[in-house]
Amino acid sequence: MQKIYVDHAATTPVHPEAAEAVMDILQNNFGNPSSIHQHGRQARKQLDEAREKLASSIGAVPDEIILTSSGTEADNLAIVGYVHANKQKGNHIITTKVEHHAVLHTCEKLERDGFSVTYLPVDKDGRVNPEEVEASITDETTLITIMHGNNEVGTIQPVTAIAAIAHNYGIAFHTDAVQSYGLIDIDVKSIPVTMMTVSSHKINGPKGAALLYTEKGTKLTPSVTGGEQERKRRAGTENLPAVAGFAVAAVLAQKDMQNHYKLYGQLSEHFITSLTKNEVPFEVNGSNQNKLPHILNIFLPGIDVESSLVQLDMAGISASSGSACTAGSVEPSHVLQAMFHDDQRASSSIRFSFGLDNTFEDVEYIAKEIKRIMNR
Amino acid sequence: MVYLDNSATTKPWTEVLDTFYKAASSYYGNPSSLHHPGLEAETLMQKARESLASLLHTKPEELVYTSGGTESNNLAIKGIAMKHRDRGQHLVTSTVEHPSVKEAFLELESFGFDVTYVPVDARGRIDPEEVENAVREDTTLVSIIHVNNEIGTIQPIEEIGRRLARYPKLYFHTDHVQGAAHVPLDLSQSFVDLCTISGHKFHGLKGTGALYTKQGVYLSSLFHGGTQEQAARAGTENVPGIVAMSKALRMSREKQSDDKGRLSSLKEYLMERLQKIDGAIVNTPIYGSAPHIINVSFPEMKPEVLVQELTRHSIHVSTKSACSSKLQEPSAVIKAAGLGEKRAASAIRISFSFDTTQEEIDRLLAVLNSNVPEMQKVMGEKK
Ligand SMILES: Cc1ncc(COP(=O)(O)O)c(C=O)c1O
Ligand SMILES: Cc1ncc(COP(=O)(O)O)c(C=O)c1O
Repeated sequence: MQKIYVDHAATTPVHPEAAEAVMDILQNNFGNPSSIHQHGRQARKQLDEAREKLASSIGAVPDEIILTSSGTEADNLAIVGYVHANKQKGNHIITTKVEHHAVLHTCEKLERDGFSVTYLPVDKDGRVNPEEVEASITDETTLITIMHGNNEVGTIQPVTAIAAIAHNYGIAFHTDAVQSYGLIDIDVKSIPVTMMTVSSHKINGPKGAALLYTEKGTKLTPSVTGGEQERKRRAGTENLPAVAGFAVAAVLAQKDMQNHYKLYGQLSEHFITSLTKNEVPFEVNGSNQNKLPHILNIFLPGIDVESSLVQLDMAGISASSGSACTAGSVEPSHVLQAMFHDDQRASSSIRFSFGLDNTFEDVEYIAKEIKRIMNR
Repeated sequence: MVYLDNSATTKPWTEVLDTFYKAASSYYGNPSSLHHPGLEAETLMQKARESLASLLHTKPEELVYTSGGTESNNLAIKGIAMKHRDRGQHLVTSTVEHPSVKEAFLELESFGFDVTYVPVDARGRIDPEEVENAVREDTTLVSIIHVNNEIGTIQPIEEIGRRLARYPKLYFHTDHVQGAAHVPLDLSQSFVDLCTISGHKFHGLKGTGALYTKQGVYLSSLFHGGTQEQAARAGTENVPGIVAMSKALRMSREKQSDDKGRLSSLKEYLMERLQKIDGAIVNTPIYGSAPHIINVSFPEMKPEVLVQELTRHSIHVSTKSACSSKLQEPSAVIKAAGLGEKRAASAIRISFSFDTTQEEIDRLLAVLNSNVPEMQKVMGEKK
């Protein structure tokens, strides 16, 4: 049977070179980077090198990189850490209705703790309007957190405009770039973002590593306290093997960015062409112009997403209904809800996300299988 | 090379690395995904959870995977304190906790919580009765370290737990990071509600840990997002690391039962000989301490200098806990045990693994015996 993995937005296979870097450290340098003996110093050096690579991939300096255990942790640290450390300036946060749950649930938690949060709507493309961002700013606003590229539909938010607004008002701006990093060149010095999240396992790095870029001078209350690691902003023995693998994956992603961007875009187009050729009725959920090339979310009128996914799976195709952490629940996607206000559409849509190893034959095969499922 | 800093971190065993590699290359799915790669990853993770649970004598669903000991300690302490804040704002801990516990309490104090720090005796040991005496009507959490990471003292966790069991409204947490491999607690018998372990301290991988959370114990999470780990800890699980941690603990338990007191004898052997070195004072108590940690002070010397000298001979020890060893501050644990500022400022820690040999200890002793007198003389003259 064919085995086609088109759920790269959920997680990705580890690139062999990244895996090699992980294994190399595991086997040859197990030291604790905080130890002062030779093992520790060598580990520290490798940690510094990895941090340097990660920093330079976004135009930051190493001190601005806080290493965490996951994208979720980085999002939480950015949001909770910032609003708590800057409580005296105000208690209002601006975000959107289409954020990943790592952001949304964190904001909801902050509401329970007495903060006030504005959840901005999006248009049918899944985009937020920068003017609405500006209009919702109050004297109390301390943080705007709006994702870079959406994980369910791939829509890219107007982050440059939003960052400029935030900057003008002296408000911090955090963006979750977990899905965009590696496909879109993001330079944190040319877009004035205050904080940005990147996660290793989404870019063919190992699980267990992520980073929060934090502009120099940004005050954060840490969520995990203890040792002095990460300049006291994230305690805990550093996960050097994973971080080293993350750095290798990041360098590879930077190097292949243009090729990947082009290839995934072509795969998406070819998929759409194949669906049309097979006379499958469908609509694309998301934006035409402002979109990540590797995520394609399609509405297949009349299908039941759960059972279709099972049938696809039986045909060897791994896709998903939306974000993996909500895939287990039967609730319709909050992103599609926010875009279309339509339960039906939200429960008849499937996300395909491309990555290393996907081919044109793969998408043709998927299109045929969809046709088969819809004909049942 | 003689690595004697196994309390800071341990070398992952080859078998553990094989397990890790296999999981990372063949089971890359996201365990929350519904398709085959996802289900396979989830099944693998579930097996690892069952295996870990059987080693710790818990139920699989009572284990929350985290990124390490620090996170587990933070989750347990802040999670319980914040969740049960309405019921009370008094917390109890000891004066000899790891920074990841200590700092969590300091932060809670800044939020308005009231924390009682129970003292220790000269062996670094807590009196269970004093813990009980510290409990008040509004106490919601007691957190006591199991094996001390600097001097190796074992706290009477079962006895403390038994006493605290009389106060059903409070929760009892223990930091079992240093005990998990060498002084395992049976969690079904320890009267503990929450317990921290960390994979890289028993030849697993960095970035892996777990928090045992007894059924029916609810806490506020540190990270919000997906519903992983029964919503106690959001974030995509590090499946390969998790699987490797189970393997590492299983192997540790096997080695521990094969060891038959060898490490304890080695510890006694080393302690006896250290005591004979002029100017050395052993801080680790001979009884009631773990078999793998020996702390010794050389009051006439700077400990960093001694660590560097040993490193030159390819022998690796540390001054105190790794995450604070950069700071040239005296050991808070040794001070808390009332052993004096001088001893606290001149301590080094030697920590074994199951693979440590008599020969390695003899090499350490040889270097200490031949260098310490000379170094002490030089440093004495400089003063
Ligand atoms: C946009 C976005 N943000 C955050 C996350 C969370 O990252 P992690 O899985 O590393 O916790 C994900 C993936 O689940 C994501 O797609
Ligand atoms: C007793 C104790 N608790 C907690 C920790 C922290 O564990 P980790 O390094 O996994 O964050 C350590 C090790 O540094 C420790 O020795």
